[in-house]
Amino acid sequence: MGVFDPIIELTKGLGETLRSFLMEPTVTVSYPEEKRPVRPRFRGRHVLKRYDNGLEKCIGCSLCAAACPADAIFVEASENTDEKRFSPGERYASTYEINMLRCIYCGFCEDACPTEAIVLGDNYELSFLNRRDAIYSKDMLLEPVSSENMLTPRKVEAGVFTRSVPEMQNPTD
Amino acid sequence: MSKQVTLTINGKQVTAPEGLTVADAAKLAGVDIPVFCHHPKLEPVGMCRMCLVEIGRPVFDRATGQPVMENGQPKIQFMPKLETACTNRVSEGMVVLTQSEKANDGQRGTVEFLLTSHPLDCPICDKGGECPLQNLTMEHGSGKSRFNYDEKQHLEKMVPLGELIYLDRERCIQCARCIRFQDEVAGEAVLGFDERGRHTQIISISEPGFDSVFSGNTTDICPVGALTTVDFRFGARPWELKAEASICSQCPVGCNTTLNTRREAKAGGEIVVKRVMPRQNEEVNEIWLCDKGRFAYHYTEGKERLTKPMVRKDEKLARASWDNATKTAAENFVANKKDFVVLASGRLSNEDLFNLKSLADTAGGEAILYSDMDGGELTQLVGVGAGTNLGTMGKGDAILVIASDLYEEAPIWWLRVKQAADRGATVIVANPRATKLDRFATYTIRYSYGDELKTINDFEKKSKISDAFTKAKNAVIFYGNEGLGVTGTSVLSSACANLLKETGHTGSANNGLIGVWQRANDQGAFEIGFRPVADLEKALKNKAVYIVGADPVGDDPNLAKALKNVKFVAVQDIRETATTEIADVVFPAQAFTERDGTLISGERRVQRFYAAVPAVGDSKPDYAITAMLAKQMGVILQGTSASVVFDILANSVEALNELTYDALAQVKEQWPLVGRNDVYYGGTTYDNTKGLGVQLIPLAQAGGAVKISKVRKEAALRPKDKELLAVPSNKLYDLGVTVQTAEFLEQRIGETSVAMHPTTAKKFEAAEGQVVKLSFDGVQAEAVVKFDETIGTGVVRIPRSMGIAIREPVVAKVQVKAAAGKAK
Ligand code: SF4
Ligand code: SF4
Ligand code: SF4
Ligand code: SF4
Ligand code: FES
Repeated sequence: MGVFDPIIELTKGLGETLRSFLMEPTVTVSYPEEKRPVRPRFRGRHVLKRYDNGLEKCIGCSLCAAACPADAIFVEASENTDEKRFSPGERYASTYEINMLRCIYCGFCEDACPTEAIVLGDNYELSFLNRRDAIYSKDMLLEPVSSENMLTPRKVEAGVFTRSVPEMQNPTD
Repeated sequence: MSKQVTLTINGKQVTAPEGLTVADAAKLAGVDIPVFCHHPKLEPVGMCRMCLVEIGRPVFDRATGQPVMENGQPKIQFMPKLETACTNRVSEGMVVLTQSEKANDGQRGTVEFLLTSHPLDCPICDKGGECPLQNLTMEHGSGKSRFNYDEKQHLEKMVPLGELIYLDRERCIQCARCIRFQDEVAGEAVLGFDERGRHTQIISISEPGFDSVFSGNTTDICPVGALTTVDFRFGARPWELKAEASICSQCPVGCNTTLNTRREAKAGGEIVVKRVMPRQNEEVNEIWLCDKGRFAYHYTEGKERLTKPMVRKDEKLARASWDNATKTAAENFVANKKDFVVLASGRLSNEDLFNLKSLADTAGGEAILYSDMDGGELTQLVGVGAGTNLGTMGKGDAILVIASDLYEEAPIWWLRVKQAADRGATVIVANPRATKLDRFATYTIRYSYGDELKTINDFEKKSKISDAFTKAKNAVIFYGNEGLGVTGTSVLSSACANLLKETGHTGSANNGLIGVWQRANDQGAFEIGFRPVADLEKALKNKAVYIVGADPVGDDPNLAKALKNVKFVAVQDIRETATTEIADVVFPAQAFTERDGTLISGERRVQRFYAAVPAVGDSKPDYAITAMLAKQMGVILQGTSASVVFDILANSVEALNELTYDALAQVKEQWPLVGRNDVYYGGTTYDNTKGLGVQLIPLAQAGGAVKISKVRKEAALRPKDKELLAVPSNKLYDLGVTVQTAEFLEQRIGETSVAMHPTTAKKFEAAEGQVVKLSFDGVQAEAVVKFDETIGTGVVRIPRSMGIAIREPVVAKVQVKAAAGKAK
């Protein structure tokens, strides 16, 4: 082994560094100033969806809670009226809570939901200073609305929103 | 046991009693045949076609009458088409195939048909999770439908049948279980089918809607979520509920119940009772409950519950520690040792009453039962014998109901007596006015208020009625306190006991006396030694009173006055009442849902109830509070657990001798087989896994000498001009604290009305609906007049616990208020 060998090796290595610095794209993201887009099927913090008219999709059926392997969801239902309507049909969730510390982000709740109301979203920024804050209530989970008159509960025309679960379609295949 | 026949079901040889349907016989043999319209408690109708099976019967040679043999086996001929298992009775040699390709195909077809007009809104359906249609679709459905969903019917989803039960027209599969329950079991045909074909729907044909106190049962046996109760509507999903066994605390029948509980956000995250369900006990309530038992449990909740002990300081009740409160009470009771009185009601359990009685006895006080009805010593002597089951009474047996409106006072007894009448029992109804039981009575006796004793004595004279009673194989007498107070019921009960003794109807099963008490555990109170007194005001005057589970101040202004002039009042209850307001010391007690204990029903069955929800605040069980108080008074009582108290009780009260909590928790298999896993067969009634209870043996049955004291005649009251004889009667839904708190029962409670014969009313120039002023005995009240042509003249009937304090017959002054209007 010659005296210069280490220097040659070092130069080789630095050369590689220089090459990749100049030739390759940067992958480091300066989080939190910069955020990387998530994959389409990413399972982040849940969102309770609404229909286009602003009514809540969730009908308070508790099936998500039943499917949840971590027992993270608590649902309590109440009855809708046309004067004070939250969701289509007779039933809505008057209490909807997810304990984000228990949740294992498996997405079973999403699968169980008959109305596609609960969806695991893109948000992965969950941190809490105490355990209570980890319990997300319905107002924290509900999708925001774009205009005042889409808010729930609201008065609706009588006898229009009678179906809890969207109409079934005949299979096409 | 009836004759047995042998048949083969799915290749397995089984025996079944003759006359059973194939569906029931299969169930008995452990084979599940899917059913919707069939119910073991109802007559078969064969309406839904879910139970299609292949049935073959042996071929008989016409000439010889012998079975035709084929290869050494009897030749079996199958019907060319599938038959309904629920309408065919078993017969000797029958062969049933429930799982054959053909049978499966038939069952699959039926499910497919049913689903063509079903909304499938299981996610929001209260039945989802315990739904026969869901279960049978999973088990027998084809998984695919050949029908066009677009042609699905859309019908109304919330049709109130009455104020307690809602109908979802889409979900109904027209099995008529609800209609048949009302017609056959309850005997109140208030439901019916309207229209035909695909437009068939259930309607209520009564006014007010669904006018029956048994309406809740239809929601249990409805095989879909078509019928829902206003109380549980969207309350929880069935799989989220926990279940604990309990006993209904509303009346002396002692129906076995299951309390379904769940954590509730509306209740601040506490675990609460979400619904009350029947628990099978074929000797008590079968699989039914009345609506009062099912819906009126809300009195155990709410902000009126007492949570902390309180002691009066500077005229005001202030929170105190348990130590301080019991010490204060103890000091006062010890200081007034000679005047110590315990006033307790039959709302308490045996353990509570036993500790209270022991305290009273040791401290030299008096133990008074808060009740308007006497005679419990006699039910100890000649009460119904152990082994009594009203469900087995029928042809050749007699049941006499006197001075009681069972429908209003003990609905499930009404139901059982009605069914005994259906089976051929002689039912004799003796009452001063028409009651709902009259319709099923073999004989009705209409006497005038005050003639109760004479009515019973008339059984000694020869008549059709007395013959029917005397010669009956078995005979039971139900007596109540309609038109009577403590003195009157004391007289009536001895007369009844004497009649039973003289006719030989004592000392065996299905024979004896039953008191239709005002509260669930009055019988237990009598067993333990509590007695009511005729003059309660006098008994309380100038005493140091310990009131437990009773609200005398709220019930009666005279008692309120009497309690103003006492030395000291300690009140122990679960809720704030008018009596806790005047108390010097208040002890918060636990409700029956929060603790365990035992009750004794009117049929003298000792039954256990269990703790289902956590206790509210600092409250403690009654027996424990009494033990703490006793300790401060220098008396040692057990208060650690209900079972410890019960052990001592069972050793000191003779009738209960040697009973243990374990014995009370024993169960045996009951028919029909109902329970959780086969909701489609028996409904959502719970199986009994926590105890059927034990019936006590009356002295007459134990072989003791029965002595019944001579019957005294009560002095008749003589109303003068402008006066009427005011008599008390009982109402199921009243203003009592146990009912009032369920808001949706308001309509059933109704306004305060008094009943008069039209002629009587005319004399006072009172029209129906007019308000009259009544004054008697220090009581002033106003009430709306209702006509009742079946009661005698000169009488005004006043319901108890409806805002007018009446405990016994009195003479009342009556005045018509000038303008017609509503009473307060
Ligand atoms: S993602 Fe999984 S663990 Fe989380 S709430 Fe949904 S079902 Fe429960
Ligand atoms: S999110 Fe979906 S599954 Fe959960 S309660 Fe709402 S509707 Fe039911
Ligand atoms: S009745 Fe049964 S099958 Fe029909 S919606 Fe309700 S749960 Fe589903
Ligand atoms: S309401 Fe229920 S019990 Fe009555 S007919 Fe319809 S499905 Fe049967
Ligand atoms: S036809 Fe037999 S269960 Fe309905």
